[in-house]
Amino acid sequence: MIAAQAQEKGYNLRLYVAGQTPKSMAAIANIQTLCEQYLPGRYTIDIIDLMKDPALAQRHQIVAIPTLIRELPEPIRRIIGDLSNTQRVLMGLDLDEPGRFV
Amino acid sequence: MHTPNIPLAKVATGIFKARTGIVGLDDLTGGGLPGGRPTLVCGAAGCGKTLLAVTFLYNGAAKFGEPGVFMTFEERPDDLVKNVASLNYDLDRLIKEDKLAIDHVRVERSEIEETGEYDLEALFIRLGYAIDRIGAKRVVLDTIEALFSGLSNQAILRAELRRLFEWLKDKGVTAIITGERGEGQLTRHGLEEYVSDCVILLDHRVHDHITTRRLRVVKYRGTAHGTNEYPFLIDETGLSVMPVTSAGLDHVASDERISSGIADLDAMLEGRGYFRGSSVLVSGMAGSGKSSIAAQFADAACRNGERCIYFALEESPAQIIRNMRSIGLDLQQWVDKGALRFAAHRPSLFGLETHLATMHRDVAQFKPAAVVIDPLSSLLHAGDRHDAQAMILRLVDFLKSMEITTVFTSLTHGNIETAITDMQVSSLMDAWLLLYNRESNGEHNRQLYLIKSRGMAHSNQVREFVMRREGMFLQDVYVGPEGVLTGSARVAQEARERGRAMQEKHENERRNLDFARRRRKIAAQIEELQAQLADDERELSALTSEAGARDTQAADERARMGESRRVAAPAAKK
Repeated sequence: MIAAQAQEKGYNLRLYVAGQTPKSMAAIANIQTLCEQYLPGRYTIDIIDLMKDPALAQRHQIVAIPTLIRELPEPIRRIIGDLSNTQRVLMGLDLDEPGRFV
Repeated sequence: MHTPNIPLAKVATGIFKARTGIVGLDDLTGGGLPGGRPTLVCGAAGCGKTLLAVTFLYNGAAKFGEPGVFMTFEERPDDLVKNVASLNYDLDRLIKEDKLAIDHVRVERSEIEETGEYDLEALFIRLGYAIDRIGAKRVVLDTIEALFSGLSNQAILRAELRRLFEWLKDKGVTAIITGERGEGQLTRHGLEEYVSDCVILLDHRVHDHITTRRLRVVKYRGTAHGTNEYPFLIDETGLSVMPVTSAGLDHVASDERISSGIADLDAMLEGRGYFRGSSVLVSGMAGSGKSSIAAQFADAACRNGERCIYFALEESPAQIIRNMRSIGLDLQQWVDKGALRFAAHRPSLFGLETHLATMHRDVAQFKPAAVVIDPLSSLLHAGDRHDAQAMILRLVDFLKSMEITTVFTSLTHGNIETAITDMQVSSLMDAWLLLYNRESNGEHNRQLYLIKSRGMAHSNQVREFVMRREGMFLQDVYVGPEGVLTGSARVAQEARERGRAMQEKHENERRNLDFARRRRKIAAQIEELQAQLADDERELSALTSEAGARDTQAADERARMGESRRVAAPAAKK
């Protein structure tokens, strides 16, 4: 049921990075690969560089870099780190239940 | 980095100081916190870390032209603004004027999934953005340790904290980092490892159900700082520290005098009263008139156009004002005119140090010329005896250094001898008045004795001390063959004395008359004798001249006889 709703809604993700650091670059690559694999066609990713827009760090309560925020579906989830551990990222996005997706 | 118009005092060691504006703290740190460097403020929950930090920022922004950023990890900004509004810190206004920025960093472990490498660059960006936006010179992180519970990767966190503190130094901001007190170390997560320039420890101790707040500068690199624990206060006027031991024995000694308010007592003090800036102890048993002497002093100071603080530790101000009306003192008028301020606190309300810190603060604010502490002895019961003496010493030193004349009253029990040994503070006092009640003939009478008054030729007389509606008077006690008499016994004795004097006077008059009469008689006798003498002299001179005539005649006859014999005589010889 929940999975079905999530499937219908699609995923709005935001990734906060700070400049072109290796960690940031790794995170961008990791989330793109992951989304293509698990959420093809029903996700959007905004990549926000706080170096360019520092005011957003406070407004969006960002502490760590990189931070991935799942805006939709609710509730909001936060995942920090370079997203290299795919299993944990899936857990953070509630995508970790095997058999939930075909 | 530091423009000259901002209050960073340059000291000999080359360290810049950022004034906190907190009464006392700037004194004991030699001018403030290390400028452009982080300071760690640690202590247990509720001991005033946040308030100290807010005060530092508020004063910087409102008074010293140094905007500040407050990064809070625990309290919500709304709560923070509300909490300090009672201290008249209008943070909202400062925020509107871009002199202050508050950033609430919320880190909730349950909402965060950690995967792979990360850093806290966003925190740096937030802080850097806020600092640059308002041109902040001061930063507070309260309390950054919350990150330890929000993030699980300790290794990353520690590395990032180290980087953060270095970054703050590079930014040139003066920062306060607060930390929760930990077991066996200053902070729970060892923040002292990263902040090495200045560490201030706040403490909140309970002794005999009374709490005392204390502050200690554990470390201050490059500055000789006070190392003791100093009591500090948090109340409606904010935070103040009492750097009491800084007072030494270098206060000036004034030759100026200040009236005791009792003309007769002034008379005992070379006619001019106490020395200005001296400490006067008035000790005595219950009901011996200590408070009245103190109130007279307060009244006299106000009458002279000076200010006075009356620290009432046993009676309420209203009660004191009412009671003093009975000896003709209207203290209310001085309160109304703003010359007299009452500060009433129950001794048991808070610890001794807090009491003295309160006094310290009140004195610093009101700037009185005269202070009354009534009674000092009740403070002695607010802490243990040793502490009490040390604190009173500091108070006396402080008041002297401010050239404030102070009257301390002290309640004593039992006889005079125990009063002397009981009050071990007496050696600190410049003048000591002892009041006692003597019981005789079924009545108690007050007596006053000036045990000492340094630096003046004071009276050594025991006086009877009388309180009437018109005021207070000192009277010579009757000292005679019948002992020391006071009260009605003195009055009776005086009446007897007067009777005796009257009698003596009459006797004298009678004796005088008698003598005059005898004198007249003798004078008459002398006259008579002189007349007699004159008669005798006349008779004598008559007799003398008669005898002379007779002698002349006899000589003539002898001559004639000789002539007649000379004819015959030579022949006979031949």
